[in-house]
Amino acid sequence: MSAGVELDDVSCDFGRFRAVDHVNVSIRPGEFFSFLGPSGCGKTTILRMISGFQEPSEGAIRIGGKDMRGQRANQRPTALIFQNLALFPLMPVWENIAFGLEVRGEDKVRRRARAEELLRLVDLPGAADKMIGQLSGGQKQRVAIARALAVEPSVMLLDEPLSALDLKLRQHMRAELRGIQKRTGVTFIYITHDQGEALAMSDRVGVMSQGRLQQVADPREIYNNPVNGFVAGFVGEMNRLTGEVGQVANGHAVFGTPHGTFRARLAPGVNGAPVKLYVRPEHMVLSQDGGSENSVPVTIGDIAFEGNFITVSATADTGADLTAEVRNDGIGKLPDRGAKLFMHFDADRAIILPDESKA
Amino acid sequence: MQDLLRRYGATLTGAFVVLTAFWLLALVILPNVTLFESSFRYYLPVVDIGGPKDVYTLANYQKFINNPVETSFLGIPFTMPIHMITFFNTVIFSAIVTVITFVLSYPLAYYLAKMVSPASLPTLILLLFIPLWVSEALRAFAWYIILTFNGPLNSSLVGLGLLDSPIRWQNGVVTAYDAIVIGLVYTYVLFMVFPIYGSIQSLDRNQIEAAEDLGAKWWQTHWRVVLPHAKPGIASGCVMVFMLSAGSLLVPTVLPSTRSNWFTQTIQVLMLESQDWNSGAAYSFLYILLCTVVVTLVMWLFKVKLSDIAK
Amino acid sequence: MHRKRNLLGHLYMGAFLFYLFVPLAIMGGAAFNDSRLPSVYPWKGWTGRWFAELFADQVMWTSFINTILVALAVVALAVPLGTAGAILINSISGKVRGALYGLMVAPILMPGAVIGISTLLFWNHANVPPGLHLSVFGQVSYIAAFVMLLVLARLQSFDPALEEAALDLGASHGQVLRRILLPHLAPALGAGAAIAFFQSIENFNVTLFTRGTSNTLTVYVFSKVRSGITPTINALALILISVTIVCAIWYEIARRRAERRALLLERTATLESAAMLESAA
Repeated sequence: MSAGVELDDVSCDFGRFRAVDHVNVSIRPGEFFSFLGPSGCGKTTILRMISGFQEPSEGAIRIGGKDMRGQRANQRPTALIFQNLALFPLMPVWENIAFGLEVRGEDKVRRRARAEELLRLVDLPGAADKMIGQLSGGQKQRVAIARALAVEPSVMLLDEPLSALDLKLRQHMRAELRGIQKRTGVTFIYITHDQGEALAMSDRVGVMSQGRLQQVADPREIYNNPVNGFVAGFVGEMNRLTGEVGQVANGHAVFGTPHGTFRARLAPGVNGAPVKLYVRPEHMVLSQDGGSENSVPVTIGDIAFEGNFITVSATADTGADLTAEVRNDGIGKLPDRGAKLFMHFDADRAIILPDESKA
Repeated sequence: MQDLLRRYGATLTGAFVVLTAFWLLALVILPNVTLFESSFRYYLPVVDIGGPKDVYTLANYQKFINNPVETSFLGIPFTMPIHMITFFNTVIFSAIVTVITFVLSYPLAYYLAKMVSPASLPTLILLLFIPLWVSEALRAFAWYIILTFNGPLNSSLVGLGLLDSPIRWQNGVVTAYDAIVIGLVYTYVLFMVFPIYGSIQSLDRNQIEAAEDLGAKWWQTHWRVVLPHAKPGIASGCVMVFMLSAGSLLVPTVLPSTRSNWFTQTIQVLMLESQDWNSGAAYSFLYILLCTVVVTLVMWLFKVKLSDIAK
Repeated sequence: MHRKRNLLGHLYMGAFLFYLFVPLAIMGGAAFNDSRLPSVYPWKGWTGRWFAELFADQVMWTSFINTILVALAVVALAVPLGTAGAILINSISGKVRGALYGLMVAPILMPGAVIGISTLLFWNHANVPPGLHLSVFGQVSYIAAFVMLLVLARLQSFDPALEEAALDLGASHGQVLRRILLPHLAPALGAGAAIAFFQSIENFNVTLFTRGTSNTLTVYVFSKVRSGITPTINALALILISVTIVCAIWYEIARRRAERRALLLERTATLESAAMLESAA
């Protein structure tokens, strides 16, 4: 039922613009895989190449081990869920869902029965005869999923289908999508620029920038061990400090900056390339006095109360802007604007990475 | 109305109302009422107008069912009043013209709306518009030249060896109305292209790709997704082409055969040659009836509103 | 597959343009044939005499001037009538709107001959003799509907809050119309005037029944085609087609130039923003 998808050194050019640049990735059968990146990074082009609406300029795409070259969209075992869903507004819900069966010549009774069955699967029973215009955003979402599932695809392709929903519904639909994927066992390939979505739903995430795949790993790995400055900065927030790598020992390096000398993990493969030191705001600790190492004297600036956490912006005495995210424990006192404090961080929680993305 | 008063005050609102009233009353409603009224009066010499002979009558409409002549349809002979034959021929051949223009226009409209590169689209549209600016009389005349016995069509077909001897195209090969149909299709095909183009253009490309992705073959995509979406445009194009064809006087006059007669020609003879304006009015009223029936039929058939058609 | 389908599309487009233009070319070409009958075949040699004959034809010149005068009169009447109708219909809703709308667009769908005849009969009752003034009235009855549809479409993209803001700032009703509404409608009014002009020039059916004894260009062509055809008609056709094509080319050049300017502007804008980003970094 489900199939793996292999992108073998795939590139795609539009005139002189290279949208996808030598992408290699092997997506496993039954996996929930996300391509994450900013708009224009080439992720949609990848999706269109897998679905058959775009031919790669170079390289091969294999689905279930079969080369897809020359196969049109209607011949591939994939089903695409469009960003705007592309439900047919002139057909009722059930005809939408059964469209894929209709064009295969399935008889009407079977089509209807299958549509009802899928509507139950996506938790929307009784909506068969409604028109698309009568549905809410979340309901349309479910119909689109049911319509794609109806053709029993081996691979489901989703092009940011949640982007039009409001926050609460989006979070609900994440869980829902994940649930449907687990129930059906179909390989899901999901495109998004929303890192929260990618991290929460996926088995593995591929982070893209400028047509290149920067890192492929499970969400924890992506977040905790980014391979370069782009991944570090795109997935979650980061404090950045510029400096020079000094002495290296046990995977840690001494890092000299204008704000002082720090110690942090050194990412593998840093060979003379420009580097920065990265620390997540939630790993910054505020205190009255400086710690033994990795400590910066700062002046507190803006304080943004976000509810479950508090974002504290500060300026180092040497000029760098730093941010700390403090959990709201419900009783703690917030520092005052202008207060002189220290920010420090654990050497294991800071990482020295090549500054630039792969290009 | 309240809204207008608030925005533009009494004077301007009054002006809008007066202008619209002049248009609708003096130019649309009253002329048609007069037409309707005249159609029930005798055609009388001036001295008798207003006299005892000037009474209401159905005589003008009776002419429509007078003079039965022998004719045949699909090989079945029957008798029918001569003007009625003309009327039905006009309707039937206008319908044929409509179908042909649709078949010619749909692929072109789809090509323009979804296949052509955005850079060359305005140029193509402009090219298509050029023949539209050339007068209808001249467009029909162009085909008169092409179809004449000694014309370029015969000479090139004979030259290519496709014909042994020239054909009298204008006298009709299939029916007596061949040349008229050819002329009408050529003259009005763009009135079908543009409404259909407009409606297909508003179709989200994702809809087409979604259908394709779900396994639909190209004709299934067209039948289930593109055509239903284009329905208002098709309805509009069909009504336009049908009414223009049925109401055309130039094309049937420029491209007649010895046996063809268009209903507009009958009216023209009544109005301008016999000077029988009352019968002309009655026959004009039949045209209005036909027009109403066709528009209603299309609105019902395509399930569209008048505002969809009038775009 | 896609490429094959695209190729088919291009071929069809090409064939269609061929179908549209070849008849016009043949008609134009016949203007130079030194043959008494308008044809390109058999070719009896080049001549310019059909043009000379055409220019010597006084009836043609009168018809031409009449056509222009009628068209200008139609523009002058149809634009205000159609605009007033659109504004009126835009401000009402419900059954009345539907009925008014139906009345306004009905003349578009009505055969021109019927419009001509009804106009003739009505004004005859009012003791107004037939003539080109009736042709103007008849043409306006349906051309105003085109203007109305254009203006109505434009009105739909109009934000009424603008007028309210102007009134709130103390503008008079006349000023609101002149400074707020009409500028917004300007493109539709321009397009409406152009369409009215061309529709009027094109018109034959309405004119034929209402013209009395006057001629317009289409009626002139019609009578020429009916009574003994000579290639002077082809000469006229060629001139009209050439004018159309010259206008089209001129329009196309203007459009491309505007497009290039827009592109250039866009590029400068990107360059500038890039430079700004750089200097910020």
